[in-house]
Amino acid sequence: MRHQTQTSTKSRLSQTIQSIPPSGIRRFFDLASAMDDVISMGVGEPDFVTPWNVREASIFSMERGYTTYTSNSGLPELRAEITAYLADEFRLNYDPEQEIIVTVGASEAIDLALRAILDPGDEVLVVEPCYVSYDPVVRLAGGVPVTVPTYQDQDFKVTPEDLASKITSRTKAVIFCFPNNPTGSIMTRQELEAIAAVIESHDLLVIADEIYAELTYDTRHVSLCNLPQMRDRTVMISGFSKAFAMTGWRIGYACGPQDIIQAMIKIHQYTMLCAPIMGQKAAIEALKNGREEKDKMVESYRQRRNYIVRAFREIGLDCHQPQGAFYAFPSIRSTGLSSTEFAEQLILEEKVAVVPGNVFGESGEGYIRCTYAISLEQLEQALERIDRFLHRRV
Amino acid sequence: MSPERIKELLHLLEENGNLKPKTIASMMDLPEEEISQTIARLEKERVIVKYPALINWNKVEDHGNVRAMIEVKVTPQRDVGFDDIAARIYKFPEVKSVYLMSGAYDLSVVIEGKSLQDVALFVSQKLATIDPVISTATHFILKKYKHDGVIFDEDEEDKRMIITP
Ligand SMILES: Cc1ncc(COP(=O)(O)O)c(C=O)c1O
Repeated sequence: MRHQTQTSTKSRLSQTIQSIPPSGIRRFFDLASAMDDVISMGVGEPDFVTPWNVREASIFSMERGYTTYTSNSGLPELRAEITAYLADEFRLNYDPEQEIIVTVGASEAIDLALRAILDPGDEVLVVEPCYVSYDPVVRLAGGVPVTVPTYQDQDFKVTPEDLASKITSRTKAVIFCFPNNPTGSIMTRQELEAIAAVIESHDLLVIADEIYAELTYDTRHVSLCNLPQMRDRTVMISGFSKAFAMTGWRIGYACGPQDIIQAMIKIHQYTMLCAPIMGQKAAIEALKNGREEKDKMVESYRQRRNYIVRAFREIGLDCHQPQGAFYAFPSIRSTGLSSTEFAEQLILEEKVAVVPGNVFGESGEGYIRCTYAISLEQLEQALERIDRFLHRRV
Repeated sequence: MSPERIKELLHLLEENGNLKPKTIASMMDLPEEEISQTIARLEKERVIVKYPALINWNKVEDHGNVRAMIEVKVTPQRDVGFDDIAARIYKFPEVKSVYLMSGAYDLSVVIEGKSLQDVALFVSQKLATIDPVISTATHFILKKYKHDGVIFDEDEEDKRMIITP
């Protein structure tokens, strides 16, 4: 591509966008895509194709001519299905008329929630290591992200002390994700109760990204909104990408108190209008007839989780037990390498792509994120290659 | 091992008979010993009958075999019902499967032969002549798309793309 000379003389890009660094994952992916025979443990999406009944329902709706806009907050039938599903699966009760919005992925819901509550300079506690979008999206909304690190010796759970130590008079909200990407850690009801006390006493809001809620392997997911005192301060975000293997459909949602959800709808109606109807039709089918298939996928992730954790430990990497999502987060400190060095050398020498942990926040340094949403054969091969890689270093 | 976990083990093996006990042990988070012993017991009880490979013969040149599904109507016999007739049929090596059916006919028999003629001959000379057999209807199988849950020509390419984040 030929570059045109810039003709304007003023600075064209906003200060905000200039302050956001380019994504750290990109470079590895560029490396990986230039090579053959790479086993990628770098992806963040299911290895299942969307179940056929869901695809078929969407095709059928298109055949019948459902190609239009929908109401801003989403098809009434979908909102009703989601709230019924949340009641069934997680004992959450939301009003399908006022307390839910269907969004373009959980991604949009995160953006809307932050924009709905932040004024310039408001601080948001970001519990790390975490999904890479929180920090930049807080900045884009005019907020100031403040890191709250979590550690392996606490199973990457957030404690009330850690939270409290970062709270200032400007703190407006907390954003976190459990089951967590990248660590796979979860929070029990008791642990949530403990942080709820701090949140309440400092009158904070919470954005709880619970997109991996269905993917827990040892216990059932407890939502922060299961605590009665938290329901009114929490925007709970989820979606269809992970549990229903529907990343490409771009359907997510947020549930929460009416005032915040209505404010989110206000932004959404002007910036997005609505989520695509094809995806919404598919999501309705997923909730009506896709739960069994979802459970089968969860079972398959559980088996692979068990496999990968044992395999990492056998080859001598310290790997905490992820209880949810589909990532293992082993420590690579024993190699003396940084996360970036490890990931870079591993892909060059053994053609296994993993994501360096520091991409997810400084507290992720010393770890690598490995998706186990790949076939068992690939897992076995990847572990063999990593074993070989480690052997050359002792 | 609980019945639930045994089912899990059987599902894993049904999906991939090649899995090593050590791998299964990891996946089920159980000791390898326990897996090996349970598999041995299930084999002995003939819950696990055999570990065949599922082969797409369409892709093998000159495999030349022809399969037909035959609807067989029979007169059930006193005391033994259909079982004796079924046994007389399934003992022929040409017979690949036999099911007792509800509905318009009684036995569904799958036959394999080297040619159409071969199969037709078997039906007229061996099958139709069995005394309790009243009638047969032969349907030749032209192409196999899916067998026991496995799609033969499935596109298994990983379509996930490299994305940020
Ligand atoms: C924690 C977390 N939140 C949100 C998302 C984005 O999900 P969606 O596809 O619904 O936008 C992801 C995807 O990787 C994620 O890991």
